[in-house]
Amino acid sequence: MRILSTFIGIFLSFTILASTNEYKLDNGLRLIVNEDHRAPVVVSQVWYQAGSIDEVNGKTGVAHVLEHMMFKGTKTSKPGEFSEIIARSGGRENAFTGTDYTCYFQTMEKSNLELSFKMESDRMQNLVITEEEFEKEIKVVMEERRWRTEDKPEGMLNETFNALAFKAHPYSRPIVGWMNDLESMTYEDALEWYQNWYAPNNAIIVVSGDVSPQEVFQLAQKYFGSIPQKKLPHRKPQLEPSQKGTIRAELKAQGRLPMIQMGYKVPLLNKDPMKTNTEAYALEVLAGVLSGTSTSRIQKKLIQSGKALSAYANYPMLSRGDVGTFEFVVTLNQGSDPADIEQIIKQEIQSIAKEGVTQEELNRVKANVIAGDVYEKDSMFYQAMIIGQLETMGYPYEMKDGYIANIEKITSDNVKKAAQTFFSEEGLTIVHLVPESADK
Amino acid sequence: MKFIFLLIGLISTFIAHAKIDIDFWTTDNGVRVYFVESHELPIVDININFDAGAARDPVGKSGLANLTNYLMLLGAGQYNENQISNLFSDIGSTLGGGIDHDHAKLNIRTLSKKDALNQTIETFKLVISEPRFDQETFEREKKSTISFLEQSMTQPDSLGTNAFKKALFGNHPYAFPEQGIVENIQKLDRKDLVSFYNEYYSAQNASIVIVGDVNKTEVKKIVAQLTQNLPKKNHPSIPAVDTISAQEVMISNPAQQAHLFYGMPSMVRLDEDFYPLYVGNYILGGGGFVSRLTGEVREKNGLVYSVYSYFMPMHQKGPFQIGLQTKKEQIDDAFKLVKEVVSDFIKNGPTEKELNDAKLNLIGGFPLRLDSNKKISEYLSMMAIYNYPIDYLETFTKNINNVTVNEVKEAFQRRMDMSKFSTVIVGKN
Repeated sequence: MRILSTFIGIFLSFTILASTNEYKLDNGLRLIVNEDHRAPVVVSQVWYQAGSIDEVNGKTGVAHVLEHMMFKGTKTSKPGEFSEIIARSGGRENAFTGTDYTCYFQTMEKSNLELSFKMESDRMQNLVITEEEFEKEIKVVMEERRWRTEDKPEGMLNETFNALAFKAHPYSRPIVGWMNDLESMTYEDALEWYQNWYAPNNAIIVVSGDVSPQEVFQLAQKYFGSIPQKKLPHRKPQLEPSQKGTIRAELKAQGRLPMIQMGYKVPLLNKDPMKTNTEAYALEVLAGVLSGTSTSRIQKKLIQSGKALSAYANYPMLSRGDVGTFEFVVTLNQGSDPADIEQIIKQEIQSIAKEGVTQEELNRVKANVIAGDVYEKDSMFYQAMIIGQLETMGYPYEMKDGYIANIEKITSDNVKKAAQTFFSEEGLTIVHLVPESADK
Repeated sequence: MKFIFLLIGLISTFIAHAKIDIDFWTTDNGVRVYFVESHELPIVDININFDAGAARDPVGKSGLANLTNYLMLLGAGQYNENQISNLFSDIGSTLGGGIDHDHAKLNIRTLSKKDALNQTIETFKLVISEPRFDQETFEREKKSTISFLEQSMTQPDSLGTNAFKKALFGNHPYAFPEQGIVENIQKLDRKDLVSFYNEYYSAQNASIVIVGDVNKTEVKKIVAQLTQNLPKKNHPSIPAVDTISAQEVMISNPAQQAHLFYGMPSMVRLDEDFYPLYVGNYILGGGGFVSRLTGEVREKNGLVYSVYSYFMPMHQKGPFQIGLQTKKEQIDDAFKLVKEVVSDFIKNGPTEKELNDAKLNLIGGFPLRLDSNKKISEYLSMMAIYNYPIDYLETFTKNINNVTVNEVKEAFQRRMDMSKFSTVIVGKN
């Protein structure tokens, strides 16, 4: 992302949409329109199925660098002109890159949707990447990496964790790229990326807001319909070999408080909607029972006891790469022992593996999922985002419709079984951040 | 050019759509109520704001407002922290709080169906009017806050933010971090929280914002329930900010990037120069990719990922702040560029085209500010805290549209004096 927050994680829950229409153009471009007529506003998002997962060693970070270069002009527009035009229309725009996708978006007064399509279709096919603009922008990206990762303890911790938990799988590499890869990247690398992946048959447009789906479809045909398809590079599976023992590491970083990030490799949601997904939904509920509210098990044991300042469990549930880790990230209080924290987390999992969870815990998780689903409808952007993420990760977006019903079906026994099955020492990766303080 | 005229034509048609109907009244005991009825989603948002922010921290007790507000979420009436939390989360309601220098807030979001709404309001009433401040919970949160602050004082952004406030505000309450300072927090005890609560969580100080799926009759009942037990108390205004001489503060830090903070105390809320300064700042450093600062420092020279400027109007003069981060070897170059850009802007003002573009964005983007219940309730809270005229949102676009190049230039020249700007750099070699 070019400014503000980036690298948006996979959201844990998604929502049922009131009215959603799907179209496909002859060149393979897909369009999904979600109607929301509460305000005269439209969100337009162009998603490319190209993220850091598609990168190769030595060129890490190129997906994100290209995202930056997409604002640097086309055959008929100057660098920065895209942003100027959107700003003059009253719109807000930006972009973000994830492991599985790159997304460009504008939020605008509804009558400006055509402007968005006109400009997005231009940079889908006519981008110009000059060496001069690239050399300036790559420095910006290096500053972004310094700010986001090098100087942030939690950023370094997460990067180290991923690099250890995965070896063969591209999720081992940081989305922003290794610094040395950025240093040696050239404008030709960015160009190659653009030529490989930026094509209508590798893109999905998601529009959410006060629009008529049929009119949006006509606009899409007008602006994107004539863009030729491309033959996309073959994607290798790059599966992670199974882990045979705990991976443990230490990392030094500036600060006073220790942190730990620990995670277990777990199955994610199956991409085939016909398959049963009990395990994935049970893991989702397990994450809720462990740290969904301020009275969850981890919160009671770690926060209420004063042993930690923050602690959460996260189950990613969805990813294009079919792997993920059920993670715990804890910032310890002064005087707490990381080994003690690790033990407490393991005991909580073991206790659920033995006894299951209480009806009260289950009901609470479900009540929050159901209410959360309603609350999310208050954001047009979020609704579009869920559709775009699902689709670029390879899930049919309709799978969101089954989310609540599937969560509601989960029983204590399902959660117990998940806790028994997926949390072995063999599949554990744990990184302990050791604080170093310069001034004391 | 054709393009710009087209857009101007559109603006007048959509401002009408963005209008929201705000119902405003004051209760018998002095609570101001702002209500927007909206039945499209089965959600109710309630924010209650008090003049109980960090600027009310007594001398030597910096951090009291923050801990008081936070502890209010952790136990009330007959319920301990777990019971309170579960009463909300069992029905999917979310409780939150928070403070800045000028106010403290408590907020909830709930489904609008009767049983959820009733249980939420009953519990929320206890949070507001019968907080327990349990000794054990207090001791834990005191310790955690101290740990958190000690950690943050190793991080360049927190170090710089705190030093910058100190440089701008000297001994004024705005000089101290909202979350307090370690030496003061160490000395706080439970009684301090109780007396701060009794003093500042009062009816005259309170405003309530309600947005969502309820009608006015229900809202009147909710407001009565939530606020009838609040005491009546008045407080003097927060003291004015004295102009102090420019400070230069260099803080060493091992991080790779140096962080710059640069500016001076500037605007109050409802400042007579608000519109020219606000529009001017959009052009200078507030308008993201199209601002002059981003154009020069990032786009043309690749020196930063982020460079910004903003005005933070407060009850008294809040900061005008410019900030950036860049690798240490480049900090002098980046700072020099910033000074050139600011100096030129103050001297020459914006161009007609820049002003026109700024207006197109600020006016054309107005509907985006109010496109969700959450955003509407945040805007209303801001209006409530600072007692804005009720037609503020309706007149906003007109006021922006009236700003001229000369007004911007004149306001910046009169209000912004670079010789009075303080500088904080964290991590300079």
